[in-house]
Amino acid sequence: MSARRGHLRVFLGMAAGVGKTFRMLLDGHSEQEAGRDVVIGLLETHRRVDTAKLAEGLPILPRRRVEYRGRMLEEMDLPGILLRAPELCLIDELAHTNVPGVGHRKRYEDVEDVLASGIDVLSTVNVQHLESLNDQVSELSGIRVRETIPDEVLGRADEIVLVDLTPEELLDRLRAGKVYPAERIDAALNNFFRIENLQALREVALRQVAEEVGHKRLVTSEPLGRSRDETIAADAPQAVGERLLALVEPYPGSQRLVRRAWRSAQRLGADLDLLWIKPPSGLSDDQERSLKGLQQLASVLGTRLLVEESDDVPAAVADVARRNGSTYILMGRSRPARGLARLRVPLPQRLMELLPGVDVRIVADRSARAKQDEQ
Amino acid sequence: MSSAILIVVGVACLVVGLAGGYWLPPHGRRPGKDRPKPVKRILLPFTGSSISRRAFDAAVRLATAENATIVPAFLARVPRYLPIESAVPAQCSDGMVLLEAIEQKAEAQGLTVDARVGRGRSYRDALRRLLADEHFDRVIVSATDSPRIGLSGEDLEWLLERVPAEVLILRPAPDDKREISAAASVNGHF
Repeated sequence: MSARRGHLRVFLGMAAGVGKTFRMLLDGHSEQEAGRDVVIGLLETHRRVDTAKLAEGLPILPRRRVEYRGRMLEEMDLPGILLRAPELCLIDELAHTNVPGVGHRKRYEDVEDVLASGIDVLSTVNVQHLESLNDQVSELSGIRVRETIPDEVLGRADEIVLVDLTPEELLDRLRAGKVYPAERIDAALNNFFRIENLQALREVALRQVAEEVGHKRLVTSEPLGRSRDETIAADAPQAVGERLLALVEPYPGSQRLVRRAWRSAQRLGADLDLLWIKPPSGLSDDQERSLKGLQQLASVLGTRLLVEESDDVPAAVADVARRNGSTYILMGRSRPARGLARLRVPLPQRLMELLPGVDVRIVADRSARAKQDEQ
Repeated sequence: MSSAILIVVGVACLVVGLAGGYWLPPHGRRPGKDRPKPVKRILLPFTGSSISRRAFDAAVRLATAENATIVPAFLARVPRYLPIESAVPAQCSDGMVLLEAIEQKAEAQGLTVDARVGRGRSYRDALRRLLADEHFDRVIVSATDSPRIGLSGEDLEWLLERVPAEVLILRPAPDDKREISAAASVNGHF
C-alpha cells in the first residue's frame, strides 16, 4: 500500500443533468493528455449519448457482477481498481449504495480504499445527497433522497468543484432530452425539476461550496514565528462567517425580535442562536406560556434557544457570545429603567465595551411606526 | 434651627424624588395603568402567505370589545418523512412575514398580540397541537371557496365539534377579495 494518500476532487451539482459527469470526463482527458495513467472505475451515462461519446478514449474497467435475490447486478470492481493501480481513477456517483455482499455498503467507502492506496480520484455528487442537507432539501423540494453521504466525506475532499447551471438552462436541457429519455421527461418536469426547486437547490449548492471554501481557509495550518501583522491578517477570515445572537425574554414582543433576527440570519447566510438570561427568580404563568411559544418558534425556524441563569446580564451575554463566536448581537428596545437602575450603563453600551468587534443592533418596534402611519 | 429645618426638608424632598423616580418611568405614567390587563385570548390561525382581511377585522373588533389578546398563529405542515420536530424554514419564509404584518396592524390599533407557530402533519393536526398546548377563548377562521387553500370543510367541522372554545367561521364573500398578504403589508424593512 502506498504511503501517500490519493487526491480527491469532487464535482458537486444541484441536480442530475447539470454536467458533473461530463466535467469529470473532460478533466480525465486533460490528465491523460498530460501523460498520466487514467482509468474509469465506474461511469453512469444514464443513456446520455454525449456522455458515452466523451468517455471514448479513456480505458473503462469492467464492472463486477453480483447476484442479489436471484438477479445479476453490476457494481464497481474495487479489487480490480486496486490491482490495476492507475494514477487517477474516475468514479461516478459517490453517494451510491452498493448491493449487499459486495464489501463496503457505500461507494464513498470504496473510494476511501482507493485513496488510501495512493490513487487519485475524481468523483461526482449532488448536493441533496449530503446528510446534513437532506432534511433541508427534502423540505424545499418535497422529495426525499435515500442515498446520502456523511458531510465529512465532502469535507475530506482536497478539491470541490461546483458544476453550476442556471435552472432555466437545466430545464432546457431536460426538455431537449439531454438529461432523461423522452418517456421520463414529463414526470421529471412535474416533480423534482420545478423551477422553484432548482432555484432553492442551486442556492444550497452555492452556499455549501462557499462554506467548504471558508472552512478550508480557516483550518489551514499556521506557520510558526509570524509577526503580529501576519497574525491579524490570518485571523481576518474568521470574521467572514457571521453568527447572530438574539437576546430574548419570555414576553410576547420577543417573537418579533426572533422573526427579524431569523430573516437577517437568512440574508447573511448565518447561524442564529437565541439567548435568554434567566434571572434566579421563578416565572409567572404568562412568562411560562411565552417561553413555550419561543421554544416552539425556535424549533420551527431551526435555531437554538439557549438559557443561562445569571443576575449579571451583560457578563452572561458576553460569555455566551465569546463561547459561540457570535459576530452580531440583536436585542429589543430596553424597558424604561426605574430608580437607581437609571444610573447604570445601558446594556448595549455595556455589551460594546465587553465585546469589541461585535456588532450590536437594536431592533425597532415597527408597530409604533404603523400606528403613526394609521393616525 | 433654620438649618435643621432645611436639612429635614431636603431629606424629605429627596425621599419623595426617589420614590417618584422608582415608580414612574422616565417619560410619562406607568404603562398599562389606564388599560386593564387582557385576559381573553383569540386565536387567529392561518396558512400560506395571506389572510382574509375580513377575518382579521373580525378578530380586531372582538379583541377591542373584549380587551382580549390576539394570537395570530401560522400553521406549518411537516412532511411525513421528516420527524415532527423538524424545522420547516422554507414554509416560514412567508409565514414569518405575514405574522409580522398582522402583528403590526393589530398593535397599531392598540391591541396586545402574542404570535404563535403551529406545526403538524396537516393543518388540522397543527391546529390540534396548538389548541392542546394553550387555552383560547375564541377561534376565528375564515372559510375559503377554494378546496386547496387553508383549512378544509372537514377541518372546520372538526373545529366546531372538538374545540373547547367559541369558534367563529367567516363565510367567504365572493365580492370581497381583500387580504393581508406577506410581502405587501409589512411596514418597513423586514
